[in-house]
Amino acid sequence: MTSPRSEFFAGVRAESPLLLGVVPFGLIYGALAVQVGVPASLAQAMSSVIFAGSAQFIAAPLIVASTPALILVLTVFVVNLRHLLYSASVAPYLESLSPSWKALLAYLLTDEAYAVSIAHFEKTGGGPNRHWFLFGAGLTLWSSWQISTAVGIFIGARVPPEWSLDFALPLIFIAIVVPMVKNRSHAAAALVAAVCGVLAFGLPHKLGYIVASLAGIAAGMALLTGMEKRWTGR
Amino acid sequence: MDGALTIWLTVAACGAVTFLTRLSFIAVHGRVAMPGWFHRMLTFVPVAVLSAIALPEIMVRNGSVNLSPLNPKLLAALLAVLVAWRTRNVWATIAVGMAAMWGMRYGLGLP
Repeated sequence: MTSPRSEFFAGVRAESPLLLGVVPFGLIYGALAVQVGVPASLAQAMSSVIFAGSAQFIAAPLIVASTPALILVLTVFVVNLRHLLYSASVAPYLESLSPSWKALLAYLLTDEAYAVSIAHFEKTGGGPNRHWFLFGAGLTLWSSWQISTAVGIFIGARVPPEWSLDFALPLIFIAIVVPMVKNRSHAAAALVAAVCGVLAFGLPHKLGYIVASLAGIAAGMALLTGMEKRWTGR
Repeated sequence: MDGALTIWLTVAACGAVTFLTRLSFIAVHGRVAMPGWFHRMLTFVPVAVLSAIALPEIMVRNGSVNLSPLNPKLLAALLAVLVAWRTRNVWATIAVGMAAMWGMRYGLGLP
């Protein structure tokens, strides 16, 4: 049986290579947030209160654009829905833990901590101390996210606005979305959502984001259902 | 949204929904199962939401939609899509997109 200590440090070691991708994101997040006009203290607080990269990237410009609270919270909820999948997939491995352990590990369950932990759980099955692995991975990511945000805020406050650093935001979204498009139904979801986002831009209360996202999801589901019917010949 | 307090409360609410989403199945494991259609729907969520936010960011300027085909951000974004598709590399996508936008704006003088 592996000790809590060795599980914890195995988690730290497994997470470390991923920091190469996470730290620059934290730097860009901090820099972008202050560039679009989020106060530095709020930008930093978002990294621990929300602690979800893409949701923070989305929330920063929406906060500055005086988006109503309900729309902002809904948008963050929708973009973080994928965490339901992570939660469902690690749940069997954390079944016997106390509520406070479950709460702590849920708070630390980011894309990157999930990725290394589920790989570890599925490979070894883990022992009774396997939750320490997720804790080690999650805490490593958490600390680097806080520090890189702070450094990013420091840098971002010194970049002149003529550089249009805020354009990095849609570019990041493009870089995340394009590799996710694995078939025509995903391409349809992306295209419909993007076009509807522009068409619905004028809707009051920034409702356009939600309407466009739902339209994209519906288009993808419709096409997927059609494709499945053709495959099964029904 | 007005007032610093409202903004802070909203951010706290965003944190709460994120946390509860992550806690969901960890907390109710064994009592609730996810239906298959819901599982499939979730795969479309990030693609749709990020696209719905990205294109208006690129095409809307000062509150109105800029439909000009010479919008440097739109042209740079199309190039970035191509780079993301060929390389699947985040840094290459950002670098090419930013360089293209700067090149068109300061090199070619596009608005």
